[in-house]
Amino acid sequence: MQHDPSRTSYYVGDDFYQSLVDSYTDWQTDESEIIDPALRDTCRMLLEKEARMLDQNRLDDWLSLYVPECLYWVPATPHGGDPRTEIAVCFDDRRRIEDRIYRLKNEFAWSQQPLSRTARLISNVGAFSTEDKNTLMIRSTFLTTEFQAGDKRTYTGWYGHKIGFQDGNWKILVKQVNLIDCDQNLRNLSIIL
Amino acid sequence: MTPDDSFNSSVARPKSTSFDFEQLIFEDRVHQCIYTEEAIFRAEMNKVFGGVWVFLAHESQIPENDDFVTSKLGLRPIIVVRDSTGRIRALYNRCTHRGSTVCRQHQGSAKSFSCPYHGWSYFNSGKISGVPWPDGYADDFSDPKYNLAQVPRVQSYRGFIFGTLNPDMPPLEEYLGGVKKPLDEWLDRHPGGTLSFCDANRLKFNGNWKLLYDNSADGYHVIFSHRSLLAMENRLVEGGEEDKGMSYYKSSPDNAPFYVKVFENGHHYKDKRPAVDTSPGGLWNIEGPHPGMEHYEAMIREKLGDKAGSILDLASSEPVNINVFPNLHILGNHVQVSQPVSLTETDTTWWGTAVIDDKDELHGCVDAVNALRMRTQESFPNFGELDDLMNFEQIQTGLAGVEDEWVYMHRGLGIPDRIKRDTDGYLIGPPTDEVFLRETMQVYKQLMMSEPNLIIEREVDAGLD
Repeated sequence: MQHDPSRTSYYVGDDFYQSLVDSYTDWQTDESEIIDPALRDTCRMLLEKEARMLDQNRLDDWLSLYVPECLYWVPATPHGGDPRTEIAVCFDDRRRIEDRIYRLKNEFAWSQQPLSRTARLISNVGAFSTEDKNTLMIRSTFLTTEFQAGDKRTYTGWYGHKIGFQDGNWKILVKQVNLIDCDQNLRNLSIIL
Repeated sequence: MTPDDSFNSSVARPKSTSFDFEQLIFEDRVHQCIYTEEAIFRAEMNKVFGGVWVFLAHESQIPENDDFVTSKLGLRPIIVVRDSTGRIRALYNRCTHRGSTVCRQHQGSAKSFSCPYHGWSYFNSGKISGVPWPDGYADDFSDPKYNLAQVPRVQSYRGFIFGTLNPDMPPLEEYLGGVKKPLDEWLDRHPGGTLSFCDANRLKFNGNWKLLYDNSADGYHVIFSHRSLLAMENRLVEGGEEDKGMSYYKSSPDNAPFYVKVFENGHHYKDKRPAVDTSPGGLWNIEGPHPGMEHYEAMIREKLGDKAGSILDLASSEPVNINVFPNLHILGNHVQVSQPVSLTETDTTWWGTAVIDDKDELHGCVDAVNALRMRTQESFPNFGELDDLMNFEQIQTGLAGVEDEWVYMHRGLGIPDRIKRDTDGYLIGPPTDEVFLRETMQVYKQLMMSEPNLIIEREVDAGLD
């Protein structure tokens, strides 16, 4: 039976978690680093497009960069442990990302009244091959500046994107956001990083 | 010692606060300066955070001998350690020599702590173990004055570790009083009556710590402050399905069958269970959407059949707010701890809790329950608490208008028969009533007018309290 991941969450089970933990363990090796400039540029452009859409608050367009059974993950421990046994800052499957977007569009989400303005810098983009030639991992460094309610603050760290080649396009399977201060108390993290 | 010192100082200190709390706290209102005056904040860090039992850590964070976790008692940096003999202590994280912290990791295992500055070392009992080149001292360091200071009274209640510097505080269990009952009930829904911490959603806000405590049993704000959350959780609900989350607040909660109860010492309790179906599977039915819900529910139902409902309930938020003054809040499955950072900065850490099932009471489903619990617990800090914290920050902003002096908390006051007493004598009111806040403010007022004689301990073998 086909389930709609926007309405139900059947895909987040033991297999999904295990595959997630495996994907994000020891993946940034010298041997797997991709040197092909064209492929690296493709990765960089995808990340820059994603950042642009988020900065422009085009949240539905942003989500269209993701596969249906996707994940947005901000671990609460450096590099992320096993999300089955530890709380994350954010752990959003497709339905919860849509919840998040719904809430951000809701004028009664007080933590986003007025809406934040953001400017994202992405750099040091490196791509890494996996056992599946249609799946790549990307590491990049980010610096996001947020202006909200008279206050300017920054989030920084590195992204670990897992992307897959589907129907002629690279789509995002998982976005892991590794904040350098992920295990510290954070003030009003209500934007999508 | 001067009479207005709130701790046992060997030097005369300026009076901690000259504010007259009789003029600041009334039954129906409090003065804005209790949220905005630096001198009042400094006094609170002794008279409240130090003067009463303050939550420091949970035993599951230090399961083995020699395990430690850092914490704070007010602004004092503390190492909560299970020493090599198994005794739980709260050591001051401050070298006796020149004052540096001796432990700079948040959590770990150590038989001793060594100061990085000049190398003075201490056993994890706090006793000094040695100093480099002792020949340079005309002193053999046998005097306990060189041991690490420690919180003189550290007691646990069912895994929750508290400390106080006040020798005149009653024992912890007496201080907790009536709030033990809901705490017991909350723990007893788990196998073995216990649970473990499993990392946290860590938040902070630019506002005074009391703004959070003021909110903790507030049923009045829910449908306003959490309007976006309620809409979000119910956006996929179809006809015939139950409303999700805190929908029981929606129409006229004062007529709904749930209540707020006020205990002694500033503790209070909002029991929302009477508003929901608590038969097996009832709590699960009103959980909002979370990652993995349908997958694990199908798995557990297939495995356990009729028994699945009560086990799924363990992955659901328990509809209670149990508030232990001044810094511990138990709600849903969270242990929320608030930590003053400064007059206008507060950290609030939402510890997640996991089920422990040594006797397999969950029939092999504990891992599935915990995988669900992690996700259910991430929801409120992400989609609910942030809106509250913004409102707290905006209160702090609003209170800068100092001529506008009063903050009101008189909802329910003066209405005949609205507030009742239960058979134990505790006040009970409708869920949106501010009676909990009024009563807490009276406790706070008495504390701020008191002159506790705070002490530290350095004798490592001093009486087990």
